[in-house]
Amino acid sequence: MRPPDVFAFSMGALSGARTRTWLMLLAMAIGVSSVLLLTAVGEGTRRYVNNQFMNLGSHLLIVMPGKLETTGGQPPILSATEVDLTIDDAIALTRSHSIRRVAPLALGSAPISYDQRERTVNVIGSTASLYEVRKLKMSAGRFLPGGDPTRGAAIAVIGDTLKTELFGSSTALGQRIRIDGQKFRVIGVLEAAGAAGVGMDLRDTAVIPVATAQSLFDSPSLFRVMVEADGHNAIPRAEKAIIDILRVRHNGEEDVTVITQDAMLATFNTILGSLTYAVGGIAAISLAVAGILIMNVMLVAVSQRKAEIGLLKAIGSPGSQILRLFLAEATMLALLGTFAGLVLGFSGVWGLAIALPDFPIGVPYWAPIAATGTSLATGVVFCLLPARRAARLDPVLALAGH
Amino acid sequence: MIQFSKVSREFEVGDERVRALRDIDLEIRDGEYAAIMGPSGSGKSTMLNILGLLDRADQGQYFLDNQDTTALTEKKRAALRRQHFGFVFQSFHLVPRMTAAQNVELPLNLDGVSPRERRQRVSDALDAMGLADRARHRPSQLSGGQRQRVAIARAMIMQPGVLLADEPTGNLDSTSGQEVIQALEALNQRGITLIIITHNPVIGERANRRIHMQDGAIEADTVAA
Ligand SMILES: Nc1ncnc2c1ncn2[C@@H]1O[C@H](COP(=O)(O)OP(=O)(O)OP(=O)(O)O)[C@@H](O)[C@H]1O
Ligand SMILES: [Mg+2]
Repeated sequence: MRPPDVFAFSMGALSGARTRTWLMLLAMAIGVSSVLLLTAVGEGTRRYVNNQFMNLGSHLLIVMPGKLETTGGQPPILSATEVDLTIDDAIALTRSHSIRRVAPLALGSAPISYDQRERTVNVIGSTASLYEVRKLKMSAGRFLPGGDPTRGAAIAVIGDTLKTELFGSSTALGQRIRIDGQKFRVIGVLEAAGAAGVGMDLRDTAVIPVATAQSLFDSPSLFRVMVEADGHNAIPRAEKAIIDILRVRHNGEEDVTVITQDAMLATFNTILGSLTYAVGGIAAISLAVAGILIMNVMLVAVSQRKAEIGLLKAIGSPGSQILRLFLAEATMLALLGTFAGLVLGFSGVWGLAIALPDFPIGVPYWAPIAATGTSLATGVVFCLLPARRAARLDPVLALAGH
Repeated sequence: MIQFSKVSREFEVGDERVRALRDIDLEIRDGEYAAIMGPSGSGKSTMLNILGLLDRADQGQYFLDNQDTTALTEKKRAALRRQHFGFVFQSFHLVPRMTAAQNVELPLNLDGVSPRERRQRVSDALDAMGLADRARHRPSQLSGGQRQRVAIARAMIMQPGVLLADEPTGNLDSTSGQEVIQALEALNQRGITLIIITHNPVIGERANRRIHMQDGAIEADTVAA
């Protein structure tokens, strides 16, 4: 039999049983499109997290007080520390050639008021370096001035959410606010973009000089020290320098944890990457379900078309040819279903991209390949049994419709 | 030439064994016109199915043109069916989704004949059956007699030597039955071996050879003068 004739015969058989064909196409299309949609959402999440890390600044290391215990059977926890991180520790780090900038962070929560409005938010004590390290932008005024980090000042830079909450649309620059009862002058407002970020959202905070923060919270210890390495290649050296310098300062004890941005990003990437595969795999199960449906429907088709199969045998068609005809039919169906699923899936992703412009949704390159492969394979594999049954029918019984 | 030598066929129905054919000896020469008659259940269809290689004998041998078909593989039997036999059934067995022309074309199609040659042969075959103007009709749009003539055109499209018809007029009124029989006889006059199963004695009378069956055996085998 010639290939175009096989094609025509199969198409005829498929369009001769409309409901059955539509049902199977639908099952395959849903399977394929859900693989695309779910993996696209997974991939979008991964990209989103990546972007957030990029916002955090480049070549970043974060120093936390306490040693992350990764040995032993316990879940990793930060052990309670006797020795804290101090401003002097942070200043000492600037001596390393591998380190470009150091931004100490003190963190506390305090009520902030202006006029009659009051709000309790996170207050961050830091230095001018935070501006560069976190790649912040100002929408008004300026950031904390440089100078001796151990000297305090009653000045504050506020995030854009906090500005709106306290001042509405009127200007905040130069106004006096109260933080925990003490007066501060607003010298700058942060731009919303760039202030958001993984781990530390600056949109609803006030940033004040670190020394002032420490006296405000009555604690000499720092929450974190953010360190910007001198280029990407300097990250490992910077990490070692931090540990060495702080060990000397802390009486030979290694009591801090250093996290590099790369390591965090790599971890997130691994987690989200495998999540995407997992979600894709779950969606692929729906394809297997579609395969079982196809098998069922094809079995029904074979028994409904017994007379036709009997006739094919009577006019001299060998079993192998009948097998091929049924497989061709299944392949065609799988191809059409896959195509419909790809169209459906990509338009769904496109729709989502329009509906959620900030979410970097995107189909990973392997998803359409895997979905197409899986659906073609299930379509054909699950049709083998019905096709073989057709090929082995006894011609006399088949002609009689039994 | 068709030769049966002690052909038997048994069916098992539950615990019971039905002997549908018992030690049949039969010889049908090329170009003969034979009618097979007998009561229901006497084994007529079983014999025709074995003749057409749709079914196998349990015992005995079947020679087709002096070739023993008894031990052939299913694939070889399919090939012999394609070359030697055309089948006409009581219930037509046209594929409902295909037009008359497509139904007639089907055997050529399966055999890989070129579309060009196919078109010519199909239109000739439909012409011969007086169905040129019905080529694009589906079976549901045709009368019973027309359907059976489409089936005959299909049976003849591979130019077989033997035409096997199992009650070809069983579902037809007498007028269209008459037309169908005439079409079959016309083919026999052109040299094709024609074997018809019929319950209708009038049709049986027209054949020059009449085979009467009873309980799986040939009770009488007469050739008209
Ligand atoms: N597939 C089968 N399974 C079991 N028994 C069968 C089968 N086919 C035929 N038989 C039995 O074999 C016997 C002969 O059947 P066959 O169909 O050849 O009769 P027939 O002469 O064609 O009858 P009819 O005129 O009713 O068509 C019957 O008793 C029938 O019940
Ligand atoms: Mg019968």
